[in-house]
Amino acid sequence: MLAEMGQFALAIACMLAFLQTVYPFYGIYTRQQSAIESAKILTVLQFLFVLLSFLILSYLFLINDFTVAYIATNSNSALPWYYRLSAVWGAHEGSLLLWVFLLSFWSAAVALLSKRLPIESVARVLAVLGLLSLGFYLFVLLTSNPFSRTLPYFPVDGRDLNPLLQDIGLIIHPPMLYMGYVGFSVAFAFAIAALLEGRLDSAWAKWSRPWTMAAWIFLTLGISLGSWWAYSELGWGGWWFWDPVENASLMPWIAGTALIHSLAVSEKRGVFKSWTVLLAISAFSLSLLGTFLVRSGVLVSVHAFASDPARGLFILGFLILVIGGSLLLYAVQASKVKSRGRFELFSRESMLLTNNILLIAALIVVLLGTLLPLVHKEIGLGSISIGEPFFNRIFSVLIVPFSLFLGVGPLVRWKRQSLSELSKPLGSLLILSVVLTVLFLVSFASHFTWLALLGIFLGFWMLCTNCYELYLRATHRFSLLKGLIKLSNSHWAMSLGHAGFAVLVIGITMTQNYSIERDVKLAIGESIAFEHYDFHFDGLQSVQGANYTGNMGIFSVRKDNHLIATLKAEKRIYTVQRMPMTEAAIDAGFTRDLYIAMGEVLPDGAWAVRIYYKPFIRWIWFGPLLMALAGVLMILDRRYRTKPLQERF
Amino acid sequence: MANTRKKLFLSAPLVIFVIGIYFLAAPLFKGTDPRKLDSALVGQRVPSFTLQDLYNHEKQYDAAIFKGQKMLLNVWATWCPTCYAEHHFLNELAEQGVYIIGMNYKDERSKAIKWLTDLQDPYQISLFDKNGMLGLDLGVYGAPETYLIDSKGIIRYRHVGDLNKNNWQDTVLPRFNEME
Repeated sequence: MLAEMGQFALAIACMLAFLQTVYPFYGIYTRQQSAIESAKILTVLQFLFVLLSFLILSYLFLINDFTVAYIATNSNSALPWYYRLSAVWGAHEGSLLLWVFLLSFWSAAVALLSKRLPIESVARVLAVLGLLSLGFYLFVLLTSNPFSRTLPYFPVDGRDLNPLLQDIGLIIHPPMLYMGYVGFSVAFAFAIAALLEGRLDSAWAKWSRPWTMAAWIFLTLGISLGSWWAYSELGWGGWWFWDPVENASLMPWIAGTALIHSLAVSEKRGVFKSWTVLLAISAFSLSLLGTFLVRSGVLVSVHAFASDPARGLFILGFLILVIGGSLLLYAVQASKVKSRGRFELFSRESMLLTNNILLIAALIVVLLGTLLPLVHKEIGLGSISIGEPFFNRIFSVLIVPFSLFLGVGPLVRWKRQSLSELSKPLGSLLILSVVLTVLFLVSFASHFTWLALLGIFLGFWMLCTNCYELYLRATHRFSLLKGLIKLSNSHWAMSLGHAGFAVLVIGITMTQNYSIERDVKLAIGESIAFEHYDFHFDGLQSVQGANYTGNMGIFSVRKDNHLIATLKAEKRIYTVQRMPMTEAAIDAGFTRDLYIAMGEVLPDGAWAVRIYYKPFIRWIWFGPLLMALAGVLMILDRRYRTKPLQERF
Repeated sequence: MANTRKKLFLSAPLVIFVIGIYFLAAPLFKGTDPRKLDSALVGQRVPSFTLQDLYNHEKQYDAAIFKGQKMLLNVWATWCPTCYAEHHFLNELAEQGVYIIGMNYKDERSKAIKWLTDLQDPYQISLFDKNGMLGLDLGVYGAPETYLIDSKGIIRYRHVGDLNKNNWQDTVLPRFNEME
């Protein structure tokens, strides 16, 4: 009975989303104030009903109701309760419910938190969000109902959650990622509403900025969590695979990064407005495209979701409607936008424009790399796959100008900057970064490579210019210390975000150039020397988990006869799905990770063991963490909280 | 005039999108169920490889074993429940005299040997593809999969999913009989 109630709640939410789309527009058209004001109430009601539906599904998972088909295929009574809960979004139906739930969460947040915006504008934004929700409700109800029953022949126990997904990282990775994906819908709705209204001014940029930033923060965290999960769980020792599904999350991130920068220009200087609108449309469109690619099964990926052409067709239709419709609207309406600000070739504006162009270039590379296999097959050239080498090569080229400009950009003034004024400090900073790079490589690198030199230099260049910029702005009017305290949150946000990116670049460079991996054969009692470390295979224990059995290899790691760590790597068999899983053991450190994964047992009783040395790999996740923190700082900036809005949005 | 040009310029994203959508839609409308994807290698030789024998890791095979007679190449693994269901039928085929080479895919050697000892071994030769290297070259999606290979070592057909009485009689056997 409960499952039917869940489905019913979902159907009601769907109806409310329909009303939320139609009624406000009707109100605006016929000038009925009550209809316009109903938008907020309808949005909140819609959220409450989908919340109810989501809670019911979670509860059914907790009580192991295997009469529900989705639960029977994705859960098991032996599964610990927190994995039963995360199994709610462990497969297609549930993750779509999560998607639409988060969409209505964002909509409700807009409805409740935009008291200072003119009611008519809010109503437009909410109506656009309602239309998006409506599409997803129909998708869930018509093609992927999580509440359908297995009656009358229901199984005694479920088929268990995919063992790959039984990890703490996977409990929070999808919700984070989806918060990001779906969050761009708000920026999208603001853009569409502004296009419909025919008014694009800096107030529009100001209002969508914190929302875009919030979505971007979640997406940043979601992607890096996914990368961390792949590293610790998949047992390959990699942190990014250029897999279509990863690319699907990277594309909105890149577009979102371009968008938050472009919004800043539009807000402060009133230029690039139509470009910003296009980016807002793109960021969300790419989220939708990602969903399509993942859910339709047109691309093959390690993320083996259940794919179904009928579902693909539905999303494709929705995609055409939403993206095609908004681009059509853009083509018709954006020409009315007038840019008023003027700027010269060497100015902050053109620096940010360069940043945007490079980001879009990166975006196009990822998009082409992801879709080219489809195109290639379609025009009859056969199946191909574009892999890591393609992306790595192009990204290591694109990163060079991007990082160089990123260092200079913040130092340049709005409107106009004289080149001679900056050339001297930039020269000193260049020398400083080279010196730091050499020092860094001498202390941490085992051998020399040109790519490492370049990457580390770019990292230090961004850090040095960043510090100099802080120093300049702080000492502009006050003493250094007082100036640093007086700097606004959003200024700190910029510095911290850029520093985070520099950390990321350094981490990637070191990991990619100096990682060592080796497959060795080790019997119990044997040891092997590896990069100044001595690995000793102490023994083997059998382990028994709630829903798996396995072996645990115990290794002690010594350096100069000091015990550094005891690593316990596991090889598990999940009993229900008969799926073997590798649980790598990792000794994490600031400058390096040691990583052991158990292979299979060889005929003579020894084990194939894979050992990795990963220098600075933590920095790859620490950098994005800094960037996300920077985003939080920027949302907390005073002007988004205190200053009442005078202009019309 | 300038306005028209601006409008054309602003329509560019829409045009690009429309072209892009064609390539997304086409595979769906052709009903390209991923499970029916052709192997890129149908009509071509089995790619070159060296793989160990499942039972004896010192014994190695290369692509030469696919020449001389028509045969089935069956991809299987112990982690695959469908393979278990299929295994009985493979035993029947082997008894009828169909030449089958087995490729154990991304699996553990000891378990695979135990499986074949317990369930009877229908394979003339058992290859051990631990890392899925040959599987990757063949474009294996998962297990089980079966390839029809003619006496010249050319792949003629790819069957995804289990072989059973019905699909063997209806689709696979006619193709197998056609081959030289």
